[in-house]
Amino acid sequence: MEREPEVRPLVPDIDRQVVADATRVFKLERRDFVKLGAMAGGGLVLGVAFPRGLRAWERGADGDGAGRDGADADAPALNAFVQVATDGGVTIWMARAEMGQGVLTALPMLVAEELDADWDSVRIQQAGADPHKYGRQTTVGSSSVRNGAWLHLRKAGAAARAMLVAAAAKRWGVPAGECAASKGRVTHAGSGRSAGYGELAEEAARLAVPADPKLKSPSAFTLIGTSPARRDTPAKVRGTADYGADVRVEGMLQATVVHPPRFGDSVGSFDASKAMAVPGVRKVVPISAGLAVVADHTWAAFRGAEALRVTWKDGGFGKDSKAIAAELDGLLEGPEAAVARNDGDVAGALSSGAHRAGGRYVTPYLAHATMEPMVTTARVEKGRCEVWASTQNPQGAQRVAADVTGLDVSNVDVHVTFVGCGWGRRGSVDYVRDAVETAKAVGAPVQLVWTREEDMRHDEYRPISHYRMQGAVDAKGRLSALDARVAAPPIGVQDGRGRAGEVNRSAVDGIANSAYSIPNLRVDYRYSGIPVPTGYWRSVGPSQNTWVMESFVDELAHAAGRDPVEFRLALLDGEPRVKRVLEMAAERAGWGKPLPAGRARGVALVRDKGGRVAEIAEVSSENGQPRVHRVTVVADCGIVVHPNIVESQYAGSVIAGLAAALYGNITLREGSVVQGNFGGYPLLRMDEAPAVDVHIVDSREDPGGVGEPALPPAAPALTNAWFALTGTRVRELPMVPQA
Amino acid sequence: MARFTLRVNGSSHQVDAPPDMPLLWVLRDLLGLTGTKYGCGVSQCGACTVHMGGNAVRSCVTPVSAVGRAEVVTIEGLSADGSHSVQKAWVEEEVPQCGYCQPGQIMSAAALLARTSSPTDDDIDQAMSGNLCRCGTYDRIRKAIHRAAGGAAREG
Repeated sequence: MEREPEVRPLVPDIDRQVVADATRVFKLERRDFVKLGAMAGGGLVLGVAFPRGLRAWERGADGDGAGRDGADADAPALNAFVQVATDGGVTIWMARAEMGQGVLTALPMLVAEELDADWDSVRIQQAGADPHKYGRQTTVGSSSVRNGAWLHLRKAGAAARAMLVAAAAKRWGVPAGECAASKGRVTHAGSGRSAGYGELAEEAARLAVPADPKLKSPSAFTLIGTSPARRDTPAKVRGTADYGADVRVEGMLQATVVHPPRFGDSVGSFDASKAMAVPGVRKVVPISAGLAVVADHTWAAFRGAEALRVTWKDGGFGKDSKAIAAELDGLLEGPEAAVARNDGDVAGALSSGAHRAGGRYVTPYLAHATMEPMVTTARVEKGRCEVWASTQNPQGAQRVAADVTGLDVSNVDVHVTFVGCGWGRRGSVDYVRDAVETAKAVGAPVQLVWTREEDMRHDEYRPISHYRMQGAVDAKGRLSALDARVAAPPIGVQDGRGRAGEVNRSAVDGIANSAYSIPNLRVDYRYSGIPVPTGYWRSVGPSQNTWVMESFVDELAHAAGRDPVEFRLALLDGEPRVKRVLEMAAERAGWGKPLPAGRARGVALVRDKGGRVAEIAEVSSENGQPRVHRVTVVADCGIVVHPNIVESQYAGSVIAGLAAALYGNITLREGSVVQGNFGGYPLLRMDEAPAVDVHIVDSREDPGGVGEPALPPAAPALTNAWFALTGTRVRELPMVPQA
Repeated sequence: MARFTLRVNGSSHQVDAPPDMPLLWVLRDLLGLTGTKYGCGVSQCGACTVHMGGNAVRSCVTPVSAVGRAEVVTIEGLSADGSHSVQKAWVEEEVPQCGYCQPGQIMSAAALLARTSSPTDDDIDQAMSGNLCRCGTYDRIRKAIHRAAGGAAREG
């Protein structure tokens, strides 16, 4: 049975005007300062409230992730705070996690811009978990700036500025309209008077909050669009930035976890005698995930874990990669599928096409392989639980700690450390549970660090996905029909998400909703319940689906004898911003111009999470293997808050996309992951990293996502270049499988 | 268990540790120097890089018993205030993203520059390819090394 499903992006674009109209700025009363930890300095403290109805929208905004971040539906939440203290210092509470994407700098810039604060006087405070204060805090979907903050944080700054100006005007007996504010001071040109924000803060706090503070027009920005020094860099180059494992708590023990090697197995029995014989090992504790080894230091915990003798209880899953592939191939052929999109007459257009192409594509399971392995520190004592976590999901950490300890969430404090790469892995809180369970069991603070091998073998992987693609080009050389079948486990299969007969949005995201106008388009999906844990992986569905889509569009262009750039441009009349980045990329990369012998170019593009990105890779063959020399990136992500950070995110996304295309591959043998470290799961290294030429389109549109959209086009740009170079179409990743 | 006297960042430290305990864990868990990171434990990622007798070594596979009298320098000891030329170049080029691998990157780069004052791109490839960066900051690392060497960033 066919039905019309919704193919929305995971984090949909918001109706910005609705949000702008409904967002309210509130003044915090002095008695509430202490709850925020803003007592010192007093002055003016404002919060921005996201109204209830819209918060419900925002909670569901990441679709499959709804319910994971659990803001309280009934309480109106304030989700940003700014304090102007009597000493002139401005403090901004930052409720998202800093994992390299620059929120620690970019979000406070939004407040400071509208506040006309002196940027050097702005202090940034990392917020702990609190759904009542901050609403949704999960750092996912390239959404920190574009969803919410772009309006909320600027509105908070604008309201504070208006109150400070009003306070000065009142003090001086002049109209507010004659006063100006700049770099933390209000001035009145007529009388030559001026006062710092600190002097005015107490008086401003006695005034009413303006109902609708006016935001600057982009042409008036003086801070947004510049690249002040990142606030996190000095600590990161001195080794003083604290990540999850750098937390030190009085009396803390070190621990690690041993999972059942095979998914679905559990602990049957274990012999801890050899582990306990390792000097420094204190205890072996059964926890839900497996066994925790607790020791005086990490090395003893790791050695103890190796020395454990465990008999695992068979959970019944013993498949290897070959069997999984066969199962998915079978699903590609079955008749019944959930239809994600069915426009026009695909069967008719396929049979009447002047040129046709078709093929089976495969993307493998991928590990996140964040440089910092999973780690959490927990202390459970005196009716409270304290958690220090490297997490993208502090409220999830809070809830899992409450669940383990039986405490109310209000008695759980979560401190968010610097995150040593998130990539989506740290939206899950399995590793937080490990630490809290262990700390509770041993009655002492515990820091639990996963070994690299446990991290790689017990990840929540990007789902394996098989595709059957068919397409046709009409006599005019235009893409007339596309028929795509996707067979894949859904994200969160281990939690029972997804089911047969239902479209999984991530699985078709980037194919069913590509930027192209295709008159006859059918996309359907078949569910697989293969019980290998799956999760969000940087840029999620488009990270793999865009590779398939852009490879196949390239196939069709070549089948019709058309230039791949021209072929794509003809499909982008409805997407002028995408068209523009493609045209600019072609120009900057010298598309069509001769290259040295033995080199070729490939092109790919994406529209994803509010970003529009085109990439062109220049590739050669060395000993039969691809070598990427240069990647040209042209992106339109709307107004750019901090160009230097955006450039770094794009360059890094390209490296990440290429690493996945060349090497990324998690395989299974008898139900266990084979790869355990960077030898079997290589990342790109310095000597393989191409030059990345990034160009950001000047735009007055509201900001789009930055952290993810430049990743998806890297792989197809590479494989399309490989086809241009060698005539070999890559239909299965990775290109260079490891032994 | 044995007692070792280590020279770390210019001062002497006595530690009691199993002889095969890697220097990484001695630094982090016994001496509280958490700037040096654990990434792989098998010398495949470089996050744990420190200097031993002036050479960049992977502390995760260096047993404490192998250190002897060699002077160990960690990221905390590279300079008192972030003023080492490599650290300054890293700030000027805004190299770090998540930053987890950067102490190791900086220690590898500092060791390279100590023996090769004007490294070529090939020198940089050789010296730095053992240090993984998941965020993909390689382009900026290369520029920062050239900057620290005093030259303008050269084309890769």
